[in-house]
Parts: sequence; structure tokens; C-alpha cells
Amino acid sequence: MVWYILRRLLQVIPVFFGATLLIYFMVFALPGDPIAALAGDRGLNPAVADALRVRYHLDQPFIVQYLIFVGGIFVGDFGTAFSGQPVSEILAATFPVTLRLALLAVAIEAVAGIFIGLVSGLRKGKLFDSSALVVSLILISVPIFVTAFVAQYIFGIRLGIARTTVGIGAPWEDLILPAFVLATVSFAYIVRLTRASVIENLNEDFVRTATAKGLSRRRVIRVHILRNSMIPVVTYIGTDFGLLMVGATVTEGIFNVPGVGRTLYQAIIRSEAPTVVSFVTVMVIIYLVANLLVDVLYGFLDPRIRYVK
Amino acid sequence: MRLNRIGTAVAGLGIATALVLTGCSSGDSGTGASAASSIITVNGSEPQNPLIPTNTNETGGGKILDNIFAGLVYYAADGSPVNDLAESIETTDAQNYTIKIKPDQKFTNGDPVTASSFVDAWNYGALLSNAQLSSYFFESIEGFSYDADSTLTGLAVVDDSTFTVKLKQPESDFPLRLGYSAFFPLPKEAFDDIAAFGENPIGNGPYMLDGEGAWQHNEQIKLVVNPDYTGGRAAKNDGLDIVFYATQEAAYAALQGGDLDVLDAVPDSALATFESEFGDRAVNQPAAVFQSFTIPDRLPHFGGDEGKLRRAAISMAIDRGQVTDVIFEGSRTPATDFTSPVIDGYSDSLEGSDVLKFNATEAKKLWAEADAISPWDGQFAIAYNADGGHQGWVDAVTNQIKNTLGIDAVGAPYPTFAEVRTLITERTITTAFRTGWQADYPALANFLGPIYFTGAGSNDGDYSSPEFDALYKQGLAETDIDAANKIFQEAQTVLLKDLPAIPLWYSNVTGAFGTNVSNVAFGWNSVPIYSEITKG
Repeated sequence: MVWYILRRLLQVIPVFFGATLLIYFMVFALPGDPIAALAGDRGLNPAVADALRVRYHLDQPFIVQYLIFVGGIFVGDFGTAFSGQPVSEILAATFPVTLRLALLAVAIEAVAGIFIGLVSGLRKGKLFDSSALVVSLILISVPIFVTAFVAQYIFGIRLGIARTTVGIGAPWEDLILPAFVLATVSFAYIVRLTRASVIENLNEDFVRTATAKGLSRRRVIRVHILRNSMIPVVTYIGTDFGLLMVGATVTEGIFNVPGVGRTLYQAIIRSEAPTVVSFVTVMVIIYLVANLLVDVLYGFLDPRIRYVK
Repeated sequence: MRLNRIGTAVAGLGIATALVLTGCSSGDSGTGASAASSIITVNGSEPQNPLIPTNTNETGGGKILDNIFAGLVYYAADGSPVNDLAESIETTDAQNYTIKIKPDQKFTNGDPVTASSFVDAWNYGALLSNAQLSSYFFESIEGFSYDADSTLTGLAVVDDSTFTVKLKQPESDFPLRLGYSAFFPLPKEAFDDIAAFGENPIGNGPYMLDGEGAWQHNEQIKLVVNPDYTGGRAAKNDGLDIVFYATQEAAYAALQGGDLDVLDAVPDSALATFESEFGDRAVNQPAAVFQSFTIPDRLPHFGGDEGKLRRAAISMAIDRGQVTDVIFEGSRTPATDFTSPVIDGYSDSLEGSDVLKFNATEAKKLWAEADAISPWDGQFAIAYNADGGHQGWVDAVTNQIKNTLGIDAVGAPYPTFAEVRTLITERTITTAFRTGWQADYPALANFLGPIYFTGAGSNDGDYSSPEFDALYKQGLAETDIDAANKIFQEAQTVLLKDLPAIPLWYSNVTGAFGTNVSNVAFGWNSVPIYSEITKG
């Protein structure tokens, strides 16, 4: 088990170098000169532009820029944004916000999704099951920005029970609405996954055995059906958590959440290579770790799964 | 036993969540919006650069600097300059200026504002190796150089409250520029560690930062009233919370939800509805922003006399009013000159301005005349950046050109502003392209010289006209503002003949404010005059 985790962690190293090199190259290859964009419609005097290029190492060849960047990371220096703020500071300020948002969203979708999926599975074909199917299909088919705008309008503007945009410091209560929006789509998938899995397990031998040996229905459902149905769901939640950590750009923009997605979007628009690469690097690492956690969780859920050295 | 396993997993998650919860709740700054004091919450965006006056050229940072610094003059709502720190600005020849500063002015760290606060700050901004984005503002002061580090020899401190400025040539609009942020004074402390200063600037304006770290990056900046400020912009409220929004839509939703008091940019999606929704709390008025597109001389068929005819034909093929009404929902005003209606000296009846009116028959006639010189072939395209909401009008305008002139006309989108800007700067762009100008200071000359003077920094179309250049110089040498404006109008008649850029429209400032604030007026630069706003 320990060996397995260590080996997986070692794999992170080549992925780290590969990812940063690729991303750095892509940002480098972005058409357009970030210094020209900095000056706006007005254009910039060539002498001043050259001085700025030297300051941000933009006059160096690609590989030198990359080495300067990677070298900086190892001494804890992620570079500096145009605003003069160290990128490490931006990382420290934005990741906790997105992490909280993702945790809230995952909590909402997991609790609601698994519960409704379980009930649907146990009452296959009944009214509850059909309604859950219809609702989840609707949620899956509506694009997230529509959900976000509608939720913002109804709860924020019409009813006034939530802030339309997240307040300073992104307090938990303000994050609930965006978390709900983020949770909607995955919630629907979790319902479908849990339901299918539960139905499959209902016919398994071990369920029949458990019932035959006289266990209460409640215990059969909880210990034998639900737990064994969790494997695909946990996989999904793990990946989804990784995705939420990196991909909430749209929702963060609409609710003005000062998190990773919104900041990254702005950095891309401003062609700020250090910010973009640092963010994506951290995202890659988070994604790898989230996947590792999921794999480890399998062992807890299904005793048939064992890790080899 | 098995239950325990799932139990551990759940408990583990629970502990992790609890850790995050406790870790992050310490940063809670409370919900200060409902406090009794009259703090105005306004929209802004994360400054792109450190908060150094000479290194800020975009609105996110400019909005903050204008409120925490006071320059020699400030601009009233109509754009007219009013002395702020200046006691007097005198000249007889538009080239040599004597500037006297009001006594007993202080920075918020207690240092006095003296003549050298200005001279040192301007020298810092102008020095080549400091690479300040606004350094070009000092290029007309004697001693300025783009080739090597040099001091501004044209600046001389006479005594603590007096200094003199010598320009390279007469420029009568120099006093009008002095309200722009590049000309703000800096305290001595700034030069010790300019990076630290840019994070926690010390100013002398109507507001000051609410202590160290008032700039919460990507979230907001908190400003409180500076009790030492004695100028004409003294705050009538208790402070400003400038909240940064990544999108205009989010800021608009915040205003609708009551989380924002004053908004100065209505998103396109709400342009059709915001006036009915906010009634007399909606603002929609022309701003000092001029929009155009430029067809460089070097493009095939656009040189010489043929080019002049084709430009005029294209200009007359565009029904500007239709585009501003339909595409922009009335949030643009059709152009009648090369400047802006909010600028002193603007005229809607310049000689030759008919070329900016839709006239299909005349357009066809001129196009045919050009075809007689050399027959048209190929496609007419307007390049634009797709990240700036330009597609709507470019498609409309190219369609109008297509329908009126019967030629193939299309929009040519580029993904980002940086990309299209690079092609324009390198002169490698092979189509017409979108251009625009937002004035730095309210003067006709600022809309003309930087764009159309031979070899000027933003002369992206490489326009060169000895006639225009002569008139422009003559206008700058004229010390009487009204007489100077007459000459600048005359210079524009030259532009109307040559159309170095095809004027389209002036952007309007669109904004709105909540029910609990009043006295909201927008300045000439499209930014609300925050110090005048009252709440409660």
C-alpha cells in the first residue's frame, strides 16, 4: 500500500516537467505580444517596450525563459504578475477559495445524488424513479452558465436571499449558491450512476445471501448494496473534484468568486505567462493527487481490490 | 469491520473539511456593507500594474490613483480644468510655464508637497530605464529622451512652492494635461522602494488607502477619506470600496442585487433594458472615446487619389445611426468629427463632415470614380480582436459596405487584442483594422496629434499630411484656447478629406446606481465623480 502510493507519487515528477514544459511552450507560442497588449490602443514607445521585455525575460529564447521559470519554482519563486504581485501570493489567495467552493459543491452533489440515486434504484420504475430521471436529464442538458444566471436572478435579485456575487473574503454562506450551481450537473450524473449500480447489486448473490441469513433490510441496503455500489460513484466524485478545482471558470466569473478559474482567465487574457503556468502546474498536481486518493479509496470500499507492490 | 472502513473514509473527509473550514474562517473581514457609515461601494477591476501614477495606463488602476492623488489641476464634470494643488500656472509663449503650488499641502505620511515632489516624480516617470508605461507624457519637456537615460532639464525648482517648465516647442494644451495621473506628485519615500510603494501608495488626494494591505488583490481596494485634503474634491462620503469584478455581467448583477452602489459600465447583455429598469438612476451619455477603423495607405487600391475616393465611398456606405441603434441599443453616438462631444471645442458641423453621413448614391459614384483609376479586385476586410465584443458592429458595417458598394466585405477576427495589436505595430497587417482612442485629458489636440501627426506614436496607418501637421503645430502654439480650438477644427477638415481613419461613433458611458446613493455624476472620462456622491 505504502509502496503503491510512493510509486504513484514518483510518477508526479515526470508529469510535472512534461506539463510545465508543454504549457510554457503553449503560452510562449500564443500569438501576440503581451507588452503590446499592456500598452493598449495607444502603442508603446519601442525603447520602453524593450526595457519591459528585458525585465520580464521576454527577450530570451524560449528554453531560457522556461529554465528561469522552473529554477524559480524550486526556490519558491513562481515569478511576478504585471501588477507586481508575486504569483505565489496569488496562488495562496485563490486556491483556498476554489477549494472551499469545490468541497461545498462535492458535498452537495454527493449527499443529494447518492441518496436520490439509492432510492431510485430501490424503487425502480416507480413514480419517484421516473421523476428523478426527468429532473436529472433536464439538469444534464442545461448548460451551466444558464443555470448560473437563472439561479443568480431568482435567488439573488428576485428573492434577495443570497448575494448575487460573492462578497469580500468569499465567506461560506456566499459560496453556497455557486456551489449549488456547480453541483447541479454532477448531481444528475451521480444519481444515474448510483441508481444503475444499485440495481445491478440488488441481484448479486451476496445480497441474496445476506437477506437469506436474516439481516434486516436496512442493514442489507447500507452495508451490502450501498457500499458495493459506491465504486463508480467514488471514481466519478474524485474526478469531478479535480475538475471543480480547475474548471469552474464560468461559474466563478458569473458569481465573481475570487478563485482559480477567474484569475486564470484574466491571466490568459493578459498573456501573463508566469501566472498561467504556475496555476496550471498546481492544477495538474491537484488532479494527480485527487486521482491517487480515488484509487486508494477503492481498497476501502471493495475488499476484492488489493494493491500489488 | 467493513463498516469501520467506510467509517474511516468518511471521518477522514470530515476532518479534512473541518481543517479547511477553520483555516479559512479566520480571514473573515465581516460584512461591513450594512455599517452606519456612508461607504460607497463601486465597481472596478484589478489594476494591471503597480499603483504608480506614471506606470498606470488602464482604467482599473487609473480610477484608484485619481482618488488617492491630487495633481496640479483636476477636471470638473464637463472636462474643464480646475486648480487642485496649483495656485497658478502661467505662460506667455505656451512654451515656458511657471507653476506655483498652494502652501501647506501634505502627503498622507505627513511629508509636505513641494515643487520637488513634482519635479522628482516627473523625472522618475520620464527616465528611460524606469520603463514607465506613461513616460510618453513627458516627451515634450526639454531634456526628454527615448534613446538614453536623461534628466528633464526643462524642469527647474525655484523655491519650495514654485517650479518652471520649459517645453521643446510651444504646446498650449500643456496645462490641460496636468490633471492626468502621470503628472501627480510623489513623496520622497516612493523612490526608496518603488515596488513597495506601488503596493501601498502614499498620496495626497481626497481619499487614502485604508491602512497597509488595503489593496486585497483580485478582490477589492478600500479607500477612506484623507482628512488633510483641502482641495475642491473633498469627499462628501466616508470612503470607497472599489470591488473588482472580472466581468461586467457580474458587476451588473451585484448592482441589481443591491451589493453595489454605483456601476460605471453596463454589460452589452443589459443595454436594452437597463434604462427602463433603473429609470432616472440610469446614465447614458457620450464619453471621450472615439471609435474608428483605419485603412492604411499601403494596402492595394488605397494609396493616393484612388485611396481617398475609396475611403470616402466606404465612409458614406456606412449607416452609423442604424448600427448605434440596433447593435448598440443607443449606447453609442454617431461620429461627426475626430474628437468627442464632451471635449471643449467639439463641433458637429465641420466643413466636409458630410462624408460621415450615409449616402448610398454618392458612395457608389465615388467608388466608380476610383474604379476608373484602377479597377477594384479582392476582398475588403476589417480586422478586430474577438475578445472585445466587436464582432456585432464589424459584421454590420461590413454588410452595409457590401450591400452599398456591391463588393465582398467581411470581418477578420483575431483571438486576442495582443495578437491584432502586434500585427498593427509591426505593420504586417494586410487589411483595414479597428482603431480607437480614449482621451487622457480633455483637449482636442489629444485626439489629433498622437494619432495623425507624421510619425506619432499611435499613427498606426502611417498617415502623413504636411497641411495637417502645420495646422496642428500652429494650434499648439496658440495660447488662447478658443483660437486654438478653431485651428484644430480646421485641421480636422483636412482629416475629413483624407480620412486617415474612418470615424464611426463615440462610445457612451453607460452606468447606473442604487436607490440609497444620490448626487451621482459622471466625469468627462466616463468615471463617476466619487467624491461628490452621498449615501443614506
